[in-house]
Amino acid sequence: MAKTKTNSEDYLRMYRQMVRIRSFEDNANQLYLSAKMPGLTHMYSGEEAVAVGICEALKTTDKITSTHRGHGHCVAKGAEFKEMFCELLGKEEGYCRGKGGSMHIADQSNGNLGANAIVGGSMGIATGSAFTAKMLGKDDVTVCFFGDGATAQGLMYEVMNMAALWNLPVIYACENNGYSEYTKTEEIAAGSITARAEAFGIEAHQVDGQDVLAVNKLATDLVARARKGEGPFFVELMTYRYHGHHVGDINREYYRTKDEEKDWKENRDPIIRFRAHLVSEGLATEDELDALNAEIAKDAEDAVKYALDAKYPDVSEVDMHVFSDIKHALA
Amino acid sequence: MREITLSQAVNEALAEEMRRDDTVFIIGEDVAEAGTPFKVLSGLVEEFGTRRVVDTPIAEPGFMGIAVGAAMTGARPVVDLMFGDFIFLIMDQLCNQAAKTHYMSGGKLSVPLVLRTNMGATRRSAAQHSQSLHALVAHIPGLKVAMPSSAYEAKGLMKTAIRDNNPVVIFEDKLMYQDKAPVPEEEFLIPFGEANIKREGSDITLIGTSSMVQVCEKAAEILAAEGISAEVIDPRTIVPLDEKTLLESARKTSRVIVVDEGHQSFGVTSEIASRINEKAFYHLDAPVLRMGAMDVPIPFSPALEDITVPTPEGVAEKARMLCGGEMINAA
Repeated sequence: MAKTKTNSEDYLRMYRQMVRIRSFEDNANQLYLSAKMPGLTHMYSGEEAVAVGICEALKTTDKITSTHRGHGHCVAKGAEFKEMFCELLGKEEGYCRGKGGSMHIADQSNGNLGANAIVGGSMGIATGSAFTAKMLGKDDVTVCFFGDGATAQGLMYEVMNMAALWNLPVIYACENNGYSEYTKTEEIAAGSITARAEAFGIEAHQVDGQDVLAVNKLATDLVARARKGEGPFFVELMTYRYHGHHVGDINREYYRTKDEEKDWKENRDPIIRFRAHLVSEGLATEDELDALNAEIAKDAEDAVKYALDAKYPDVSEVDMHVFSDIKHALA
Repeated sequence: MREITLSQAVNEALAEEMRRDDTVFIIGEDVAEAGTPFKVLSGLVEEFGTRRVVDTPIAEPGFMGIAVGAAMTGARPVVDLMFGDFIFLIMDQLCNQAAKTHYMSGGKLSVPLVLRTNMGATRRSAAQHSQSLHALVAHIPGLKVAMPSSAYEAKGLMKTAIRDNNPVVIFEDKLMYQDKAPVPEEEFLIPFGEANIKREGSDITLIGTSSMVQVCEKAAEILAAEGISAEVIDPRTIVPLDEKTLLESARKTSRVIVVDEGHQSFGVTSEIASRINEKAFYHLDAPVLRMGAMDVPIPFSPALEDITVPTPEGVAEKARMLCGGEMINAA
């Protein structure tokens, strides 16, 4: 595996964050399967090294924009299980008081400007966040997470053009998980993904999104350079989503085979690979990592329990937060 | 008091607010040296530089998206949308992103953004540069909508909009840019949601927005010569709407015509008429009438275009019929 951070604490934190994401998603899926969660959700499982490798290169004040498949970004940028599960269940203590749900979790305290349920919808927001940093002379960097499906949206080309014209400190992080909803990426994307950015003179990279150290090494370099005004940058992260487009997309053999899924899960899993690396390098023992896994599993279980018992928002909140200066919009 | 044009009033409001607050900036097509096709922004780039008066490529969704992200992260953009008709291009950024961010985040994120655009037919600009589309915007919860009826309102409403922490859309009538009105030299703001009674009357209420306020005032003069006393009210903002003032007038005069340059069906006139019917029904002596733009695309030919929008004579004629006890359009 590629190497960057040498501090074993950094390595263990990356491992921990990846396991936290997987654990969060396993519980979210169970909530759906047991009919305890309203609506649907989109699982990040399998893509953990992308969010963690990138967010570990960011400071709390750096910003990210996220997607409908956004739990991983949220956890990686520093969010807590309790507020996240409360949000998934529409509870008052959720990050958005239950008003956003899975597809709109925002955690501004950690620089997460929010998940977006319009594919490619946050590309303007991320670029605008970078615009603010440059205009106000702040050194924040913004990372725009989006999927391969979003490369078909026109907005991306408009904002990459402006980001390049104005040298904005934004990194476009394309999570290429091979599928645009229920359709293979090669059926929706002509030519090369990175060439799209290169057409605007944006430096573009492709990286193994299942190798957290490779992702982190590249991200650390690009974030530092973006901070110095050398942005924007574009990264295509080759990854895989273990679940369907959403939790209800269970019978999916019409668009991809079980053998393909099995191969990614068994041979390219980002957590299994990194765990083997940590053990072989002597940074942690199997027992220590098992204990860490158990601790995270317990945290997630406790947070789920807490969220299931938590209060729903009072119905009087329905017309609150429509406008920031009008307490009840319909009063 | 000195008189200045509506264009100068907008320019002054922007300059004053930009001097007061370093985070305010203008973004749009040909806003800098060109000062827009209507020359409303002339001189601002000389004072504030290209850092704060930002020319963009012709990419409305892109720069609107950038403005949303900038607003979410500490800047206060004033977006210049060259023609109101282009609002269809930015609908996702305006309605799915800007309008909903505060609500979806449970009040944690705000979008203090002003979208300046225009409206108004009879400029011989044909169907894609003549529409008055404010009703579309007013339909979406989370957006405030201001419609200045003179230079005085244009300045006071603009300054309030820039200081508002919500997305505000201001529709300026493009035929009024050179119209002069008394505007105080000293600073003033016009609060949102406060209608202005332009003329007091007792027989009928004429509610007009934007340039239709002038149409209503002229109609009131025609009627006065015939012994009919018309009250003229300018809501100034349609979101929030000063329902109280409108209802009080309806109860007083018992007859109402609502005049607005948007298409008549499903529009602002329909909304205001419905509210008066629902809340002042027993005070009414006649049905509340709507007068909007004809439900046709705006035609190019002057012979056709001029008949698509309400005129003082047309309003006076309907008022005369209402006051004469004729049940207009009754089956």
